[in-house]
Amino acid sequence: MEKFKILVVDDEQDFLETILKRLKARKIEVTGMESGYKALEFVDTHDVDVIILDVKMPGMDGIETLREIKKKKPLAEVIMLTGHASVESGIQGMQLGAFDYVMKPVALDELLEKVRQAYDRKVIQEGKA
Amino acid sequence: MEAQQYKKLWWDIILATLSFAVVPLFILGGVIYHQFSVSYTAKIKDNMKTLAENRAGSVDLFLDERISQLTGLAHTHSLEQLKDEDYLNKVFNIIQTRSKSFLDLGVIDEEGNHLAYVGPYYNLLKKVNYHGEKWFHEVMATGVYVSDVFLGFRKIPHFIIAVMVREKKKIWILRATIDSDIIDNIVRAAWIDKKGDAFLVNRENILQTTPRFGGKVMEPPKAPDFAAATGTSVEELDFRGETLLYATSIIKLKKWVLVIREDPTEQLTPLLQARFLAVLISLGGVVLIIIGAYFTTRAMMKELMRMEQKKAASDEVAMQSSKMAALGKMAAGIAHEINNPLAVIGEKAGWMKDLLGMEDMDGSENFQELLDAVNKIEYHVVRAKTVTHRLLGFARRMEPLTERVNINTVLDESIDFLENEARYRNIDIQTNYAPDLPLTTTDQSQLQQVFLNIINNAIDAIGKEGEININTRPIKQTNRISIEISDNGPGMPKEVLQKIFDPFFTTKEVGKGTGLGLSISYSIIEKLGGKIMVASEEGQGTTFTIYLPVR
Repeated sequence: MEKFKILVVDDEQDFLETILKRLKARKIEVTGMESGYKALEFVDTHDVDVIILDVKMPGMDGIETLREIKKKKPLAEVIMLTGHASVESGIQGMQLGAFDYVMKPVALDELLEKVRQAYDRKVIQEGKA
Repeated sequence: MEAQQYKKLWWDIILATLSFAVVPLFILGGVIYHQFSVSYTAKIKDNMKTLAENRAGSVDLFLDERISQLTGLAHTHSLEQLKDEDYLNKVFNIIQTRSKSFLDLGVIDEEGNHLAYVGPYYNLLKKVNYHGEKWFHEVMATGVYVSDVFLGFRKIPHFIIAVMVREKKKIWILRATIDSDIIDNIVRAAWIDKKGDAFLVNRENILQTTPRFGGKVMEPPKAPDFAAATGTSVEELDFRGETLLYATSIIKLKKWVLVIREDPTEQLTPLLQARFLAVLISLGGVVLIIIGAYFTTRAMMKELMRMEQKKAASDEVAMQSSKMAALGKMAAGIAHEINNPLAVIGEKAGWMKDLLGMEDMDGSENFQELLDAVNKIEYHVVRAKTVTHRLLGFARRMEPLTERVNINTVLDESIDFLENEARYRNIDIQTNYAPDLPLTTTDQSQLQQVFLNIINNAIDAIGKEGEININTRPIKQTNRISIEISDNGPGMPKEVLQKIFDPFFTTKEVGKGTGLGLSISYSIIEKLGGKIMVASEEGQGTTFTIYLPVR
C-alpha cells in the first residue's frame, strides 16, 4: 500500500478507466477526472499528492489546468502526460512548476517510478515548508 | 535552363548586339561615303568646268591675236604697198618668223579678185575669184570674218581669217589662212588621263578639230549634240550606253563649242578607292564586332549558367528544408494520432497482464498463450512507441538549449559511446582536431545526437575493418566550424545520396533502422544554424561535413 494519493486527468475514457483499474489493483489510492474543470473541483475538496495531467484536452487544456492547480495547491506535484508533438507544452509545463513530463504511451511501472519521485520531492518540500 | 534555351538566348543576344552595332556602322559608312562622293563629284565637275573655260579662253585668245595681227597689218599698210607681192612676201616672212600659224596671205579687191598672194599655192589660188564665196560676202558685211574649218583647195583642214579695209574710196580685204593644227593643239591640251577627250564643234555640230577618239574633222562627233550650247556647263550624259561627263564652253569669237569629255570612272578612281576603303573598314568593323559580340556573350552566358547553377543549388537547399518542415509537421501529426490509441492499447494489455497475475488462472490451459500474447502486445506497443517518439524528436521544434560548447569535447564523448562497438568490429577511429577551435553557443546534447548518428552510420556502413576519420577546423572567413566525418566504407550511389536526409529512408535491414537518424540530424543542425552536407563515391567511402556557426 503506497502512501500517496494520485489524481489522473485525461479525456481519453479508455485510457483513464484502464489506468485507474491498474493503479487500484496495485492498492494505490487514485481518482480519475476526464477534464480540467472537474480536476480543479476535485482538488478543492480533496487532498492529492501527485497529479498525472494530460496536456491535450478539450476545453481547459493541461497547461491551463496546471496553472490553476499550482495556484490552489502549490505543493501538489504534477506529471505532464503528452501524447503528441507537444513536447514544447511539456517543457512549458515544467517551467510552470510541473515535476516532469512523460510521453505516451508509457509503461505503468515507469510512470509509477516518476510518481514516487514526485511524491518524495513533495515530502521534502513540505518538510521545508 | 535547357542547353537549347541557352543557345537561343545566346543567338538572340548576338543578333541584337550585331544589329545595334552593325546598322549604325553601315549608316555611318554610307553617309560619309555619300558626302564624300557628292563633294568629290562636285570638285571634278568644277575642275572640268575650269578646264573648259580655260581652253575656250585660249582658243579665243589665239583667234583674237590672229585677228589683231591681221587688222594691225591691214591698217598700217596701204593697198598700194601690199599689192606689191614682193612687199607682201616680206611682210609675210616677218609674220612667219614670229608665228607659224599663218599659212598664206592674200589681198583681195572688192570684186573678189586676188590682187596679191603669198603662200604655197600661188599658182592655184592667184587666179581664183572669191566673189561667189560665202565668206567674201560675210566679210564685206561685218568687216571681220573667221571661217569654220574647211578643206578648201588644199584638201587639208584649215580656216581663214579675213578683214576688210576701207582706204579712201577703195575697199579691199586682207585674208589669211590659219593652220587649224594650232587650235587642235590648244584643244588637245584638255585630253587628260587615258580616256579624256576634247574637241570643237561648230553650230552645225560638225567637228572643227580632230577628237582623240572617233570622228574626223568636218564630220559630226561621236558625242551628244552640243551645237546649241549657250554657256559653260558640266553634265553627266548617256551616249550610246556610255555614261560620261561632258563639259562645254563657248568660243566667243566664232560661236564654236568646246566639248571636254571625261570618263567619270577614271576621274572618280579616288572616290572608288574611298568606297573600297569604306567597305573594307566597315567589314573589318563588322568582323571585330562579331568577334567581340561572340566573346562577350560567351562570357555572359558562362556567368549566367554559373549563376543559374548556383541558384539551382540554393533552390535545392531551400527545397530540402521546406520538405523537412512539411514532413516534420506530418510526422508530428501522425505520431500524435498514433500515440493516444497506442497508450490505450498499452494500458489495456497491462491491465490484462495484471488480471492474469491476480486471478487464479494457472490451471487454465490457455494461460501461457494469453500471457505470451499480452507480452507480445506490450513488446510491439513499445516498438511502435520508439518509432513515434523518434518521429516527435524529428519534429521537435523547441528552442535548443544554449551553452558554451567545445565541439572537440562533444566529439570525444560521442566517440567514447561507440568505441567498444568500433573496436569489436576492428574499426579505427582517427581524430584530427584543430586545437584552436573556438567555443560556440549551441545545444550540446542535440549535437551529440547528430554525431552519434553519423558515426554510428559510418560504423554500420563499414561493417568490419576500416577507418573513420574525424577532423575539425575553424573557418575564419565565414566564422564557422567545420566538422568532417569520413569513412572508407562502400559509399553510396547517387540515388541513395539524394534521399539520405529524407525521413523513413533507410538502407539498413528492416527493424534495424528507422530511417529517421539522418533526417533528425539534418533538422537539428538546421535549427542550430548550421549546415550538413554529404559527399560519397561508390567504393571510396562517405564524408559528412557539418558547418556550425561560431557565436
